[in-house]
Amino acid sequence: MAKLLTSLNIAAPDEFYERLIRAHEGLSEEESASFNARLILILANHVGDAEVLAEALQTARKPAP
Amino acid sequence: MLQDRYSLAFRLYPYQRAADQDAPAPVRHQVVVGGAGPIGLAMALDLGRQGIPVLVLDDHEGIGQGSRAICFSKRSLEIADRYGCGDAMLEKGVIWNVGKVFHDDRQVFEFNLLPEEGHKYPAFINLQQPYFERFLYEQIEAERARGAPIEIRGRNRIDAVEDRGDHVELSVMTSDGPYALEAQWLIACDGANSPIRGMLGLDFEGRVFQDSFLIADIRMTSASFPTERWFWFEPWFKSGASTLLHKQPDDIWRVDFQIGWDVDRKEEMKPENIRRRLDAMLGADVEYDIVWSSIYTFQCRRMRKFHHGRVVFAGDSAHQVSPFGARGANSGMQDVDNLGWKLGLVIRGEAPETLIDSYNEERIHGADENILNSTRATDFITPKSKISHIFRNAVLDLAETLPFARSLVNSGRLSVPCTYDGLCLNGPDELPGGPARTRTGSACPDVPLEDGFLLNRLGTGFMILTIDADAPDSIEEDGITALRLPLALKDDPTGALTDRYLGSSRSAVYLIRPDQHVAARWQRYDEGALRKALRTACGKD
Repeated sequence: MAKLLTSLNIAAPDEFYERLIRAHEGLSEEESASFNARLILILANHVGDAEVLAEALQTARKPAP
Repeated sequence: MLQDRYSLAFRLYPYQRAADQDAPAPVRHQVVVGGAGPIGLAMALDLGRQGIPVLVLDDHEGIGQGSRAICFSKRSLEIADRYGCGDAMLEKGVIWNVGKVFHDDRQVFEFNLLPEEGHKYPAFINLQQPYFERFLYEQIEAERARGAPIEIRGRNRIDAVEDRGDHVELSVMTSDGPYALEAQWLIACDGANSPIRGMLGLDFEGRVFQDSFLIADIRMTSASFPTERWFWFEPWFKSGASTLLHKQPDDIWRVDFQIGWDVDRKEEMKPENIRRRLDAMLGADVEYDIVWSSIYTFQCRRMRKFHHGRVVFAGDSAHQVSPFGARGANSGMQDVDNLGWKLGLVIRGEAPETLIDSYNEERIHGADENILNSTRATDFITPKSKISHIFRNAVLDLAETLPFARSLVNSGRLSVPCTYDGLCLNGPDELPGGPARTRTGSACPDVPLEDGFLLNRLGTGFMILTIDADAPDSIEEDGITALRLPLALKDDPTGALTDRYLGSSRSAVYLIRPDQHVAARWQRYDEGALRKALRTACGKD
């Protein structure tokens, strides 16, 4: 673990979290799953760095204690 | 006793009783090739053109019916060109560059292969497999007329194989009964279900894909489509979970429907049921004839080793992939290209038998790359879980508007030759500023010269390609001769030579193998280094 930022990098965390949840409003479970998939792909492309993405996948699978 | 397993497109080598069948003791042959499919025929051509006696045994009397493999890659055409039959294939084949990808009723995007200029052959041609095989066969006939020692025996079925260490014993069945043969080398080109592999009890492991595909080759009589590759994910016409439409010569179209795993084959193959799928796709007013149809399933798997004593496996007998990406017959052609010169050197006593181990190493490297790519394409086309399906469709949704997502759409990554990076036969890669695409281990890319193409001047033996560099006209090292091909920047009418072989270097010396792969490269000629690399490339270190 070296390149993935795990300290806070979002200026207004509460605001982002609210937006994320609100973005799912009115979506069925299936629509939400599709939304999430699209969001992950868009963000992953923005990140680009293979090492960061690999670390992110690993971290998401098993959050650090 | 000898039952035909399929009907023939071309009957070419009817059974004839051979003198071997009346010999008092089994006759020993230099090389026996098991199977006269595209890979077996190419193998016979490669060896026969080197003057090595080769006997091909096939349990049928000609080329089987059905278009089967229809996409032949630039590299396969270049190999066929080396054998003398590339032009005939190109002339008959359909060249295509545009592909369209659809999801449901929407076009997701369109791509153009944008072929790079300055190659004798296009990235791909579409050509029915029987034609590909017939051009190889016709070249064999032409070579035989010039004295090449190639023999093909039809309706000769290999029933038993025994490895005797320094040779192989074969029992061959004919309509006149069985006879015995011996072979110094047996090359098994007998397909994915390889009976020879079975007779030797060898492994063939990998992943089964639980899906079936229905192929219908149709001749349009009332309408036509452009010469493009169309691929539908979850098409609106519901004829399959995915559908491919692709043009072949003779105004025939390949339609390939993904129809699921639990299907009643007999029911699905009924003409009225095939027509139901086609009509839904094409519209009821389009008229067509069904030329050929078939249902196939596939696996991605390979043998652990392609070389077992004096038995060597090539093509589908050694490795099998999904059809997405055209990596089946095309990778088999590269097997032949790789094995031919090595077997030639070993048989002529010019290289140690262990050179054949490098065939195993290099072509397993190729097979693994093909299996990886075709498995990825298959997982994209036929998602195996709900979440995989959600991501696949998310990619398709985004691809309509966002360029990055188009690169994730995978309906088959089209076959390109693999680079033998870091493998045993490689010499140094010491050309500062040299292009990555011609690094040691690469298949040489073509280049237009003042008079013809570069690849036509490579491939008969080892070559020393010099660009604005000195070197002797030939070098002989332990019985192996490498001839110089001197080029200069003034011979580079299009700049492709600089672009593909020099990069930012001002001179280059390449040692190129008989299969047109780069064995080593330097900035300047160094006799000691070249001799060493030549030994390494022949497995003498």
